[in-house]
Amino acid sequence: MESFLQQVVSGLATGGIYAALALALVMIYHSTNHLNFAQGEMAMFSTYISWSLINAGVPYWIAFFATLVIAFAGGVVIERLIIRWVEDAPVLTVVIVFIGLLMIFNSVAGWIYSYDIKVFPSPFPDQPIQIGTLYLGPHDVGAIAVTLIVLAILFLFFRYTSLGLAMRAAAENPESSRLVGIRVGRMLGMGWGLAALIGAVAGMMVAPIVFLDPNMMAGILIYAFAGAMFGGISSPGGAVFGGFFLGVTENLAGSYIPFIGNELKLSVALVIIVVVLLVRPSGIFGKVTVSRV
Amino acid sequence: MSALLQISGLEAQYGLTKVLHGVDCRVEEGGITTILGANGAGKTTLLRAVCGMVKTSGSILYAGQRIDGKATEDIVRLGIGHVPEGRGTFVALTVEENLRLGAYTRKEKNKVAQDYERVHRYFPVLLQRRQQQAGTLSGGEQQMLAIARALMLGPKLLLLDEPSFGLAPIVVLEIFEIMRTVNQEEGVSMLVVEQNASLALNLADHAYVLETGRIVLDGPAEEIRGDDAVRRSYIGY
Repeated sequence: MESFLQQVVSGLATGGIYAALALALVMIYHSTNHLNFAQGEMAMFSTYISWSLINAGVPYWIAFFATLVIAFAGGVVIERLIIRWVEDAPVLTVVIVFIGLLMIFNSVAGWIYSYDIKVFPSPFPDQPIQIGTLYLGPHDVGAIAVTLIVLAILFLFFRYTSLGLAMRAAAENPESSRLVGIRVGRMLGMGWGLAALIGAVAGMMVAPIVFLDPNMMAGILIYAFAGAMFGGISSPGGAVFGGFFLGVTENLAGSYIPFIGNELKLSVALVIIVVVLLVRPSGIFGKVTVSRV
Repeated sequence: MSALLQISGLEAQYGLTKVLHGVDCRVEEGGITTILGANGAGKTTLLRAVCGMVKTSGSILYAGQRIDGKATEDIVRLGIGHVPEGRGTFVALTVEENLRLGAYTRKEKNKVAQDYERVHRYFPVLLQRRQQQAGTLSGGEQQMLAIARALMLGPKLLLLDEPSFGLAPIVVLEIFEIMRTVNQEEGVSMLVVEQNASLALNLADHAYVLETGRIVLDGPAEEIRGDDAVRRSYIGY
């Protein structure tokens, strides 16, 4: 039982990271109807930036928040400089741009930092947390807490601030948004900024587990896709749920289904994507959109 | 009276198709002007042109200031509220959020709060539906919400694109009565595009008839109502 609970907790920890990245995907999908394939590499690059800061002697949490600011600004810049020009382009054009961004971030990171695997520090104490006879990894618990705090802040931001409301409006109906005076382009830029920021959190929380290298987010992005598809790509809450669900499922499947183990864990995500697409394409919590023709 | 909105030689096109061919029209300060015309005459395009939503040539003067070529977001900030074709409500957001968005550009909290109460006096049903998603409202309620949202801007000029479209006659009467009240009590000028000519001519003080992108007739609303050709084509008896 204890080991089961421990598996659940460590599943929730990685699940939180998938959830965060899934949310970043959903945010951009919501306003543009495109899946940003470069989301993972952007997160990886942000993590390298915080690694540089920490290596230069900056205390962890200062580096953490500085990275969030840099990631946000970077996201805004990418949208305003590159993405806005292909906003109305055919889907394939956009996909190519996203894949291009992915490869650029990947190789620039490799060029600057080399492909050697680096250790990324965890801000949480080494001592396992003991509850009764249950021992929990401190980084797992910390990562879950950080993810939940970020998600809660985002929820409050979108729900209760007028800027958050304007961003939701701009995503739903750009034309009507302009008619009430919302600068839609700026809101799209902000959306990219926030998505990059969430990705940076995910990167910094996962790096102590998977170690830091330019390809660290490749698998995680697939889980994030799967989580977003599972919960429903149109539903932020659903994507978050999907991320957590996937983290736990993959961990339990890896530990308890003998033939899956560590090697086939990633396939679990792909199986889930395919099954969801077949059975319920809009995801568990997603809205079925009917478009009039 | 002086003109709040003065449109001269306005041309507009979508791609290669020209929709407006040199339109001249005006809205007096405190007045209601209506544009009559059949489907495809260019009525909606005319309203969209005022709001900077289509490419145009010619000039659009608002309160003595050129607004053609400005961005929609900036035109809105000058006090032009637009109730677009198809209502343009944010269907996934609540009624209250829709109204909050209407006042998005305004800083004076007190006045916004006053306007919030004011639109609920006009449309009490919106207060009951406050927490409901706008998409779940009936057509009439959505039209009310669209007008209320435009009023939350505290506009000097209101552009209304077929406010009667698709609504039950009794609801249409109610909405037009409120438009009249808003105009008379608050001095909000209006440019109303309508297919329901008799209704629009009752409300407006000045009317234009638009046919395939050209103004073919204009004059005081009563005069237009008396015009035989208009009566046959647009009122239908």
